[in-house]
Amino acid sequence: MTEVIELEAPPRVRAAGRDFAPRSPRRKRPRRYLAGAVCLAVSTIMLMPLIASLLASVKPTEEAAQTPPTYVPHGFSLDAYRRLWHYQSGLMTYFVNSFATAMLTVGFTLALTMLAGYGLARFPIPFKEPLFVVLLLALIVPYQALLTPIFLTFSDYDLTNSLTGLAIIHTAIQLPFSLYVMRNSFEAVPIELEEAAMIDGANSRQILRRIFLPAVVPAIVTVALFAFVTSWNEYLGALVMMNKDESFTLPLILASARTKTSLGGTDWGMLQAGITISILPCVGVYLLLQKHFIAGFLNGALK
Amino acid sequence: MRGHKRRRLIGSLYVAPALLFVLAFTVYPFARMFWISFHNWSLITPPKYVGLDNYRKAFNDDQFWESLRFTLKYTLLITPILIVGGYLIALLVAGNTRLRRFTRAVVFVPVVIGLGASSLLWYWLFSARYGLVNKVLLDLGIIDEPVLWLGTDADRSNWAVITSVVWKVLGFGMILFVGAIQAIPTEINEAARVDGATLWQRTTRVTLPLTRRTILLVTLVSAIGSLLAFDQFYLMTAGQPRNQTATSVFYVYLNSFPLLKLGYGAALSLILAVFILIFTITQMILTRRSKT
Repeated sequence: MTEVIELEAPPRVRAAGRDFAPRSPRRKRPRRYLAGAVCLAVSTIMLMPLIASLLASVKPTEEAAQTPPTYVPHGFSLDAYRRLWHYQSGLMTYFVNSFATAMLTVGFTLALTMLAGYGLARFPIPFKEPLFVVLLLALIVPYQALLTPIFLTFSDYDLTNSLTGLAIIHTAIQLPFSLYVMRNSFEAVPIELEEAAMIDGANSRQILRRIFLPAVVPAIVTVALFAFVTSWNEYLGALVMMNKDESFTLPLILASARTKTSLGGTDWGMLQAGITISILPCVGVYLLLQKHFIAGFLNGALK
Repeated sequence: MRGHKRRRLIGSLYVAPALLFVLAFTVYPFARMFWISFHNWSLITPPKYVGLDNYRKAFNDDQFWESLRFTLKYTLLITPILIVGGYLIALLVAGNTRLRRFTRAVVFVPVVIGLGASSLLWYWLFSARYGLVNKVLLDLGIIDEPVLWLGTDADRSNWAVITSVVWKVLGFGMILFVGAIQAIPTEINEAARVDGATLWQRTTRVTLPLTRRTILLVTLVSAIGSLLAFDQFYLMTAGQPRNQTATSVFYVYLNSFPLLKLGYGAALSLILAVFILIFTITQMILTRRSKT
């Protein structure tokens, strides 16, 4: 027994001694500066494409079509935005389409998953676990594979070229993640609170409104946020469902703007303006609600 | 007893809307896809039952297997970059200094923007005559004349797309790795440090093993995402040259919609879905097992 301890002790002392050197300020500082420099380099590389796009969007028309391109605009002009504003049915149409679809998606997702999350977390439902698996089915079958039959069904009910139809697809994509987050969040509410309310004679609707709603606000924000961003950015579903120009969402009109011409080629300035416009809401929402974003990713992305 | 029954009913009613939604927009389409896959159907003519013909055709369709091979290649190339790159950045920024928080936030920004928008942005950056990639490489003297990145050479196109997607989704892995690294109790690292472990030893013997589960799961999630790639290739290469960069989802889309071979498209979808299922089930088993 003592032998073991004696055998173990010397290397430990030696090791600790060795360790002391790199921890002394003189050896540690270069490493810290290096890490800081790498951080800055990484940040710069990641931001560069976004800044380049933003700068390109305010170049005057000729400069935007110039080859080789300029790094920094020599002139400043909002012509690209003006052309985008009047492009096809007008930017407003597409912006509103995207926004309305995203809001409908948020509404549908919240309504469905709040009720179901409450039910699953708080009630003795028969066959609860198999039911939960069915509800998460969209995790197993990628929606990309289901677009053909959904398209056919939607054709029968006049839901193609409809923002509601597209929002339904986006809701289906978002449902498993949202339900998962909601159920967990309802389960985390202490049972005592609910019992106290029940003793006071509150019914399930009142309990849902007064006890649970305030407690699950962070989950609501996370679910709404992800639903909004998913819907705002989704491309393939919109590509399949929308074939009338006036029902296009922003990603679709961006892609079509690329092939249209101003000076005999792609209107690069307008394309950059479009990219900037379609990126801004997401980045804005992210900067405002960063905590909820990260929490959502940490809690739900892998489960 | 009556109270219990009542609660069962109320609970079921709360779940009912979501259940109906899933039945209508996931289960029913899935069932209908099976049915369609046994028919030839172009929307114009009525569906005609052809049995397993579509599947037989799929197994002999070189283009389909080519697209599957290309998708796999893309996945095998991009996934290690995303995992290693994401993990290295996570190690760099896991601390909570101001600069590290800032870097974390910046690396994550492209994750929230759309893949469509980012693909078009990079389509411009990689454009031979108007793009900044060539401009930078020319100015640095790395190349002598503009390179045609997209659409002429399959491998070059693939790497251009990979670059854009790495930029776009690197932050996804990073943020999950940072979460996992920060969840390691500080005492463990302290103990290792007291025992004289160097930074390298602490990383390889403490941090890596303790975040193994997250690494595995991020790998699977990334791989599934890459296997379903569409937007980036549709928008950046349009499958060119000669459909060599058409991914599987691309090929399914091409058959189902512009070509309106609905039955064939459905059969391809199902084959693809089964393929993806293998990855998804692995992921689920892993999460289930380690959640206890």
